[in-house]
Amino acid sequence: MSAAATTTRVPILQGKNLVKRYGRVTALDRADFELYPGEVLAVIGDNGAGKSTLIKALCGAVIPDEGEILLDGQPVRFSSPMQARDAGIETVYQNLALSPALSIADNLFLGREIRKEGFPGRWLRQLDRKKMNQFARDKLSELGLMTIQNISQAVETLSGGQRQGVAVARAAAFASKLVIMDEPTAALGVKESRRVLELIRDVRDRGMPIILISHNMPHVWEVANRIHVHRLGKRIAIIKPDTHTMAEGVAIMTGALDPNDHPAGAYAAL
Amino acid sequence: MNSDQEPASPSRRMQEFETVLEQSDKRVAEFEPQRRSLLQNLQHFLHGNPTAVPVIVLILGVGVFGLIAGDRFLSTFNMSLIIQQVSIIGILAAAQSLIVLTAGIDLSVAAIMVLASVVIGKFAVVVGVPAPLAILCGLVLGYLCGMLNGLLVTRIKLPPFIVTLGTWNIFFALNLWYSGAQSIRSQDIDAEAPLLKLFGEGMLIAGVKFTYGSFLMVAIFLVLWYVLNRTAWGRHVYAVGDDKDAAELSGIQTDRTLRSVYAVAGVICAIGAWASIGRVGSVSPQSFYEGNLESITAVVIGGISLFGGRGSILGPLVGALIVGVFQSGLRIAGVDVLWQVFAIGWLIIIAVAMDQWIRRVSA
Repeated sequence: MSAAATTTRVPILQGKNLVKRYGRVTALDRADFELYPGEVLAVIGDNGAGKSTLIKALCGAVIPDEGEILLDGQPVRFSSPMQARDAGIETVYQNLALSPALSIADNLFLGREIRKEGFPGRWLRQLDRKKMNQFARDKLSELGLMTIQNISQAVETLSGGQRQGVAVARAAAFASKLVIMDEPTAALGVKESRRVLELIRDVRDRGMPIILISHNMPHVWEVANRIHVHRLGKRIAIIKPDTHTMAEGVAIMTGALDPNDHPAGAYAAL
Repeated sequence: MNSDQEPASPSRRMQEFETVLEQSDKRVAEFEPQRRSLLQNLQHFLHGNPTAVPVIVLILGVGVFGLIAGDRFLSTFNMSLIIQQVSIIGILAAAQSLIVLTAGIDLSVAAIMVLASVVIGKFAVVVGVPAPLAILCGLVLGYLCGMLNGLLVTRIKLPPFIVTLGTWNIFFALNLWYSGAQSIRSQDIDAEAPLLKLFGEGMLIAGVKFTYGSFLMVAIFLVLWYVLNRTAWGRHVYAVGDDKDAAELSGIQTDRTLRSVYAVAGVICAIGAWASIGRVGSVSPQSFYEGNLESITAVVIGGISLFGGRGSILGPLVGALIVGVFQSGLRIAGVDVLWQVFAIGWLIIIAVAMDQWIRRVSA
């Protein structure tokens, strides 16, 4: 990831001059955004800075009033999270979006079940449980989550970290472009957070770029390659964990420090 | 700058306070065979097998009444009679189960059924529409009634209880208006459209007549079991009832699923309408006035959670049979009817209390 490579690289996901107004409130004020292949990009910002509006615009939950979103260099317009999902963008929501009473396998395939071939599938709409269970087992093993013994056990019987693992596995299994993770460690204990951070690295190392939204600065500084700092509806800096300290990051985020005054500059290259 | 932390390999980095984790007890994230008391084991078993309670109650009920009332209760004839008696409420309970699985409630099931039976009867007997076409009209009407419920629940976002409380009255009024509060007599049906009474017919098994209506009820439950457990739609029904927001974020079109559930329930009610003409022998606009509450009773006793997303569809079949067994057993034992009502009341309360307890199962 040298600086020279950056100039030739095309961002996997890019937002240009995004504007979103809610009445008289401007949540996004000509905001830019870039995610490059193979990186974990953290997005930090104070409450009300517009970072969740930014993420929602990128994953289709909000339609920006102005500006352009490019996926792999191609302009896209998502009018629902489903469309973003179909385009290869998976989101791990803060509340995980899992169905507690359903099994792990059912949850992994919720909304995109596999049907059997031939008559049972086409006419009786029968699900291919065998295939689905096998796929679920494979995906969980790949991410080292097979301490979960039984793929057909209900999600509600899992611990918080294991549930997070299932949600991450679902996103990683079906994303073809990138994964968005919204506060993945917010509800977890120390050990479970550790496990999830490792999981984030695993997914990244397997070639899947990740957008990580978090308020937890130590976690951000630990796993992010670059950090997008959002303030007052726009990106005011891109910093890196090895050039900026957490205190400097927070100072930029809250307006206490002008990012241009920092020796590393306001916009770090990849 | 945190240059004191050498980031040689990013995966080796951790927070300072976390370095002690290496030596700490790591067992939290693992599954351990915990020691459980007998009661906890029971709770876990019932959590995984929500139909076990109603099945046990049914077996106990049959056993106890068998001892008290003897062969008069246990005879094949009486068993066939019980199934016959619960068949219509059973079919309504099948429709009700679908709604309850989505965390809703449908007070209009019986009203849809009676309205459909009046339309089928009047079309076939009075208007002179061919019987199969009249039945089809009834099914379409059931679909439309269910769809109306579904649209009100999903588009106007009203609670299912209120929507169906309203449509219950609306459908009942329409039924009285269209029928003129007049029954259609049995002999007129026999003369004009005997097909309407098909489900009152039956076949002999071990010398005892089992009606086609009884088979129909069982068949509806088996088909629903397949659909709910083996198709994507069925999984979506459970997911929507379990946590609607999560289902939506998972990419399920929850409102569409809900509407389809109400529509299917309406069609099942209309099938029940056809079966009810065979069961009752005539078409009466005043019949099954409390069918909605009886169907809810069967669903609740059958172990389907009123909070949605939990329970097996076969539970309400057992629930309906439990009600039938209690009624028959207490009657044969010579107990006053009011005590049957009394017993059913306690069954409902105990069933819901059990559900609450089972849901509190610790992970």
